[in-house]
Amino acid sequence: MRLPFCAGCGNLTIINCFLRAIHELGYKDPSKFVFCSGIGCAAWIASPYFKADSIHVTHGRSIPVATGVKLIRPDLNVVVFGGDGDLAGIGLSHLIHAARRNLDIVVVMSNNMIYGMTGGQVAPTTPLKTKTTTTPYGNVERPFDTTRLVVAAGASYAARWTTFHIEQLKESMKKAITTKGFAFIEAVSQCPTAFGRRVGLKKAPDILRWFKEISVTLQEGEKMAEKDLEGKIVVGEFVHREFPTVPETLYEIMKEAKKGA
Amino acid sequence: MTKNHFWQGNEACAEAAITAGCRFFAGYPITPSSEIVEHLALRLPQEDGIAIQMEDELAALGAVIGASWAGAKAMTATSGPGFSLMQENIGYAFMTETPCVIVNVQRVGPSTGQATKCGQGDVMQARWGTHGDYASIVLSPNSVQEMFDLTIRAFNLAEKYRTPVILLADEIVAHMREPITVPPSDKIEIVNRKKPKQTDKTFFGSKEIPPMPSVGQGFNVAVTGSTHNEYGIRYTADPTVHRRLVERLVGKIRKNASKIIEFEDYNIKNCEAGIVSYGCTSRAVYETVDLAKKKGINLGFLRLKTVWPFPDDIVQAMAKNAKIVFVPEMNLGQVFYEVERAVYGRVSVVPINKIGGGEMITPEELLAEVVNGVRNVD
Repeated sequence: MRLPFCAGCGNLTIINCFLRAIHELGYKDPSKFVFCSGIGCAAWIASPYFKADSIHVTHGRSIPVATGVKLIRPDLNVVVFGGDGDLAGIGLSHLIHAARRNLDIVVVMSNNMIYGMTGGQVAPTTPLKTKTTTTPYGNVERPFDTTRLVVAAGASYAARWTTFHIEQLKESMKKAITTKGFAFIEAVSQCPTAFGRRVGLKKAPDILRWFKEISVTLQEGEKMAEKDLEGKIVVGEFVHREFPTVPETLYEIMKEAKKGA
Repeated sequence: MTKNHFWQGNEACAEAAITAGCRFFAGYPITPSSEIVEHLALRLPQEDGIAIQMEDELAALGAVIGASWAGAKAMTATSGPGFSLMQENIGYAFMTETPCVIVNVQRVGPSTGQATKCGQGDVMQARWGTHGDYASIVLSPNSVQEMFDLTIRAFNLAEKYRTPVILLADEIVAHMREPITVPPSDKIEIVNRKKPKQTDKTFFGSKEIPPMPSVGQGFNVAVTGSTHNEYGIRYTADPTVHRRLVERLVGKIRKNASKIIEFEDYNIKNCEAGIVSYGCTSRAVYETVDLAKKKGINLGFLRLKTVWPFPDDIVQAMAKNAKIVFVPEMNLGQVFYEVERAVYGRVSVVPINKIGGGEMITPEELLAEVVNGVRNVD
């Protein structure tokens, strides 16, 4: 089966990192995983190309569907792949509520800062002043810092890297999979077709070089003034903590309820 | 639970779901359906089930769909505004053949309307609410007993035909209390979805109703709301794949309509005038028949327990004898148009409509319309 991605798409790097991560964790293939995804290019990362169960759903609703799967089958590894439009745009509410519940799933957000599949419209993650097909005069809205939003909402694990940081991205995926609770990874990813082409970064390596230039680590970022951080990508592991998860709390309640019945 | 109870309609619906084998409920509070989510939040954990309140109705039906693919019988409950939000995922459940039950306890719309008052304005939305070609199964209870019986039937039909089924209740039937009888469990028919053999590879075609695997069983099932072939693989450029899929999905409901449709009828073969009704409105019809008899009018009635697929045949059977058919509804005309279509101009069809404030159409009001209509048609 041919993958659907354009040449130079960052989603191919994300696929590589994820498959290496699970390989290094000792999985022979992804068949112990269930993948849920919504609409957009990144939703095609797993479905139907991985040798695994995949549920490809309506735009933005991958996390609710993953919720239903995980609550009925807590023994399965449930992973959501999605883009920034799917997870931080139309589906944002589900993302932060899943983090609040500490739903025990992994969410990998491929953030290409644009609506790629529909032809390059502005996204909630598009940098200021960027010209897109729906912001021909430049984007006037500040982009979301989705990772910090998810941390504030209560996630157990959250990290952000770019597709330039492949080793770190893979290592974070391993941690996300093994962390109990809601684990979120933002992979800032290149889209030469719908983003790079319009901002003077025509080829994938051009965007990767740009990612390298504008990335600062969390530690470096802490020492920088807010003004200097404008236009930068802060990368690193933002949080790694443990507290009770859904579904484990719900299964505890089940035991209690039966005593009272 | 086997015995007589004095239950509220919503409570009967919730208990029936458990009896039917529902072990997953995801909802979002909305009047007048909230008692269902409240009751199941208390009761499902006692029965090894999960009840969760989601962030909105889109998430509620999404979680139900996920739970269904994980192997559970699953349900959500809502009212008009939430039902509107669920339409996209209803289409997804239809396209992916995901069995699930959606309860819509109707209130007065459009928009927020009169949130606590009864209406019957969602009949057409239950049939045509999502985009694209589809067919829906919609049941209409008119008593607390039927809130119980038809909830079980909704699960059975969902499992049998691998499709979402809508229980289209209304505020009056959902909030009133009546004595009901829960039959012993061996007297209740429970249908479970057909599961695949380990060697099966096609879960989205090759049979009219294909077997349904669950995730986590090694089938590597691919589920998508895009046009897909019998293996679940997306094919969006091929017209024949789309025709084959959607014609089968619609066909499995159309072709089995006679098995799906249930109704109550009275005197339809001999009546001079007939009434077609459903839901709470039908409760006034029984008395209207008696009142009409005293006035010398020979009235028959047909009560739809299945609104969709629409029972054309039985409506036509009544129209063979009746000169006039009345369609009372707590909306400004919805089933009326279906009756008019079914009788094809052979008899006159008269809408009787009343909206607002949750006021039912009384037997006296119905009688006045019947007397007036019968006189004019002569």
